Amino acid sequence: MSITTGAHSIPIVSMRGITKSFPNVLANDDINFDIFKSETHALLGENGAGKSTLMKILYGFYREDSGEILLRNKPISIKSPQDARYYQIGMVFQDFTQIPAFSVLENIALFLPDLQPVYKQKEVEERITEIAERYGLHVDPYAIVSKLSIGEQQKVEILKLLLSDAKLLILDEPTRVLAPHEVDALFEVLDNLRKDGYAIILITHKLKEVFACSDRITVLREGKVSGTMLRPEANEKILIRMMFSKKLPKLQKIQKIDHKTEDVPILKLTDIETHSERNAVSLKKINLEIFSGEIVGVAGVSGNGQKELGDVILGMDKSVAGEKLLFGKDFTNCAIGEIRRNGVGFIPENPLLMASTPFMTVLENMVLTNTGRYSQHGGFKIDWQAVKTDYQMTQEELGFTFPFYSIPKSLSGGNLQKMVIVREMTHDPRLLIALYITRGLDAQSTIAVHRALLKSRENRAGVLLISEGLEELFTLSDRLIVLFKGEIVDTFKPSETTMYKVGHLMTGAEVHNGDQG
Amino acid sequence: MNLLSVLGVLSSAIFSGTSLLYVTLGETIHQRSGIVNLGLEGIMLVSAATGFAVTCISRNPYLGIFTAMITGGLMNMILGFLIITRRANQLASGLALMFFGFGLSALIGKPYVGTRINALPRISIPGLSNLPLLYTSLFKFDILIILVIPIAFLIWWLLFRTRWGLGLRAVGENATTAFASGRNPFVIRYQALFLGGMLAGLGAAHLSIAYTMNWTEYMTAGKGFIAVALVIFSKWHPLRAIIGALLFSGAVAFQLLLQSSGVQISPFLLDTIPYILTLLVLIAWGGTRKQTAPAGLGRIYQSVE
Amino acid sequence: MVIKANPITKSNQLFQKLLNHAARYILMILMVLLLFGIILLISGKDPIQSFKDIFISTLGSRYGFSEVIVAMTPILITALAVALPSRIGLINVGGEGQLYMGACLATWGALTFNTWPSWALIPLMILLGMIGGGLWAFIPGYLKSLGLANETITTLLLNSVAPKIVAFFVFGFWHSPMDTNKTPNFVPAARLPNFFNSRIDLSFFIAVVLLAIFWFVMRYTRWGLEMRAIGGNPHAAKRNGLPLNKYWITVMCLGGALAGLAGMAQVSGYYGVLLVNFSRGLGYMGFLISWLSFGDPIGILVTSFVVSIIVSGGNLLQLTRGIPFAVVNILLAFTLFVVLARPIIFAGKKK
Repeated sequence: MSITTGAHSIPIVSMRGITKSFPNVLANDDINFDIFKSETHALLGENGAGKSTLMKILYGFYREDSGEILLRNKPISIKSPQDARYYQIGMVFQDFTQIPAFSVLENIALFLPDLQPVYKQKEVEERITEIAERYGLHVDPYAIVSKLSIGEQQKVEILKLLLSDAKLLILDEPTRVLAPHEVDALFEVLDNLRKDGYAIILITHKLKEVFACSDRITVLREGKVSGTMLRPEANEKILIRMMFSKKLPKLQKIQKIDHKTEDVPILKLTDIETHSERNAVSLKKINLEIFSGEIVGVAGVSGNGQKELGDVILGMDKSVAGEKLLFGKDFTNCAIGEIRRNGVGFIPENPLLMASTPFMTVLENMVLTNTGRYSQHGGFKIDWQAVKTDYQMTQEELGFTFPFYSIPKSLSGGNLQKMVIVREMTHDPRLLIALYITRGLDAQSTIAVHRALLKSRENRAGVLLISEGLEELFTLSDRLIVLFKGEIVDTFKPSETTMYKVGHLMTGAEVHNGDQG
Repeated sequence: MNLLSVLGVLSSAIFSGTSLLYVTLGETIHQRSGIVNLGLEGIMLVSAATGFAVTCISRNPYLGIFTAMITGGLMNMILGFLIITRRANQLASGLALMFFGFGLSALIGKPYVGTRINALPRISIPGLSNLPLLYTSLFKFDILIILVIPIAFLIWWLLFRTRWGLGLRAVGENATTAFASGRNPFVIRYQALFLGGMLAGLGAAHLSIAYTMNWTEYMTAGKGFIAVALVIFSKWHPLRAIIGALLFSGAVAFQLLLQSSGVQISPFLLDTIPYILTLLVLIAWGGTRKQTAPAGLGRIYQSVE
Repeated sequence: MVIKANPITKSNQLFQKLLNHAARYILMILMVLLLFGIILLISGKDPIQSFKDIFISTLGSRYGFSEVIVAMTPILITALAVALPSRIGLINVGGEGQLYMGACLATWGALTFNTWPSWALIPLMILLGMIGGGLWAFIPGYLKSLGLANETITTLLLNSVAPKIVAFFVFGFWHSPMDTNKTPNFVPAARLPNFFNSRIDLSFFIAVVLLAIFWFVMRYTRWGLEMRAIGGNPHAAKRNGLPLNKYWITVMCLGGALAGLAGMAQVSGYYGVLLVNFSRGLGYMGFLISWLSFGDPIGILVTSFVVSIIVSGGNLLQLTRGIPFAVVNILLAFTLFVVLARPIIFAGKKK
């Protein structure tokens, strides 16, 4: 990749002294940041370091508490995305700002600044095709967006920006949802753009990408700038030290307990199929067994059926075919309440939306999965003392602290996740389904959770661990399955494979013998 | 039952269906922008009363129609203030507006009950003049009836071929995305409410000024709610709304025909047919509704900060 | 990230709540008085004198006060019929129709079993009233659980159908020899007993008991907790294993049963006869009250009392000063506007 930045000495955009706080959180603390033309500038940092917030300020979604933004050294005011677009700044978010029910063309037209009051679809189509050819962003303009793959949807996002004349592109974790070869394709597109004079800011927390395509790197940590340097000046050690305040302890090697083969599996899915609406994936021919005392990891790019798999086991989705046995008994069409009462715990991917009632207290939220257990006199009373005792115990074991009388709405993402984890793990679930369980957690909490999962495993529970982090999966799982487009494409033990091979399977590509690990 | 009565049903369906269609078109615009308007009943009543009153006073039906349209738009502004600016619950606010409309319309219309007005001229359809007088009189339509279908097409064009319509539909699908595209969802929803309100006012005006040429309390008889149901029935498409409106008013006309032709079923039970029919259609359509409804329907839009 | 501390204790919350309540209702009452006064002024009547008249006729005498209670009872029950489903996020506008169907079935009981003694007939009629209303609410509830139709629209449509069914029965089978608009008078055994030498009947006490039960259930019991969870976040509630469908249907039916009970109370207690179109919007009034008080039990009590005074006032002014009754609708709707618009003073509980 190219090393030199643009020959211009004036940055196209500068952010000076940017400070922004939210209730409970100081997201950006006196940040200085520059971006030049023909440059790819990586904004690096851990989850929650403030990268997204900083860029959303640049894009006009938030307004800074103090500090200023300069365009070619002249101060400007960005009060809304409209202003940002006026200054030719465009942003591709992690959640695409697209309308699934519209076509590609309508989505792009929506964002065209010079769209006529009465517009002709053909004209817009031509403009799209022209830019698409130039940079390698091929997509059918009349396709309905909800039916596109995530990689294609991302192309639409980029096209949107290019067609609205953006010259500074901000990409927020663009590779989160892409598989390895799609990432390569994206970087090629970015390189083409960079050569054409575009300025690109790449928000990421993946070191590999930073080395692969950036010219300059800025590291954020806990809301402050930890350091800025040119790519040649950086190496992994320096960057990691800048990203984290202390060294991460390594995970211990775990002892694998062999299960007896005559055990009845805790979970057995036979030929399970689901039917999903819109752009969600349908599961096909899912055959899966989880035995007690093992952790089964599910690898796969987000959106390939992970949510559906968790949901069909929980009972949230009904299967249209196949059989689901829990502890040897048929639970195929059982209600969620019934399944939970039989010892199934579930940690969903979005704790605020999917697991908690925003305006009830944390204590009340804790009871929700177990109202039967704590109700007295046939339901006329609830034993709050017992509730407190039980959950406090788990809190201490895990080293989590959060107040019982606050409400979920006011908790941070990490604390909310902790609340759900405590709730689900307190009653020693025999089967635990965990989706992205360490998302939003800091390093120490992540370690505590990993330990808790291993403890469950020791207690002979079965765990289905769905995660985006291949390292996490490889370290914790006894077995790995790979999900791609709603099917299990392979199963193996972590020791039998490499991360690169798994990555390839995640996109449905064949693994050739000559590939490096 | 003979040809005359069948044609009579058709004619009646067209007459009463016109006001229903106008209101449905208005509600289509509302719902496409993400708003469910349960206050239509009240809005229609106030518009009808005001239009009728103005017609009585000025002896000019066109002025009355115009006033009714403006009134409808303005009434909707109250709803807009509540649900857009104050972010109140859409359903409750709509119903509050309905009650308000009940009271206000009674107040406005009271002095004019029973007054005779200058009717809107009715034009016969060319080519029918050879038929006996009885038949042609069934098919003499006023200007509002003649305009309703072209206006339906106009609304379709507005929603699907203009930049404003694109933005409006975007707001209804996902207001945050619309905001990200530089649009102001608040303003767009107000605009949708005003335009939709005017259409509702137009429908109400047709009812009191052109069709019945009368004002009575509660004269809209639930048409405001039927319109909401019809929008769902027509899958939020202005052109399908034509069919829906015709079907419902046809059902009403048909059961009136049954009543008058001496069929031995209680008139009360026959009266319920259109509502039950609407209900059944709603149920039948219900399964597929999720796929085609504007995704942001009923959601309150909070701006990011 | 720097996390700011935010301690919230239980007693803090409670105190806040009480303060909010009191402030809200006092302000609401003041505002109503103000609005009423303005409307009176515009209509050219003397507000002070009108207020005096209303006060004397309602709160000034023992009988007047009892009449306020009489008027308050049905709308209190219909408000409950709306408030209960609202806790799980259902909007029940079908109180009007459920009221009619309850009255209808109860009337059938009164006419068919007119030889029974009071202690058997009354409970039977109460049961019938609740069944009638409950069944009428079952349809929208069931449809909602199947995901087929929104309960607001279905209940509204059914509201139009119910009075016609009642009319069908009255005209066709039950009408008294002299008047086709109503049934013959109920036998004394079918009438709810009166108290205090006034028209206050048993339904008032039933209403108050129901209100207390509602408050207790929501606050202390398991079901109240589960309902609040469902109302707060139905998606999460489902994932947490709460049986959404069961609650939707059951609570909707309970709401309908309550409205049906109110209907029964009207024909058995207040009127003593089933009159076609007897309800002047009692169901809708209940809806307004429930929303004005955010579905809160004490709020419902206070609001229905105030509304009842306003309605009595409206009736009085119509008779004595020629102001159309419609003014009451405007007044109440406007009050609801203000409450919905949530000015800072009213801010607090968001359900």
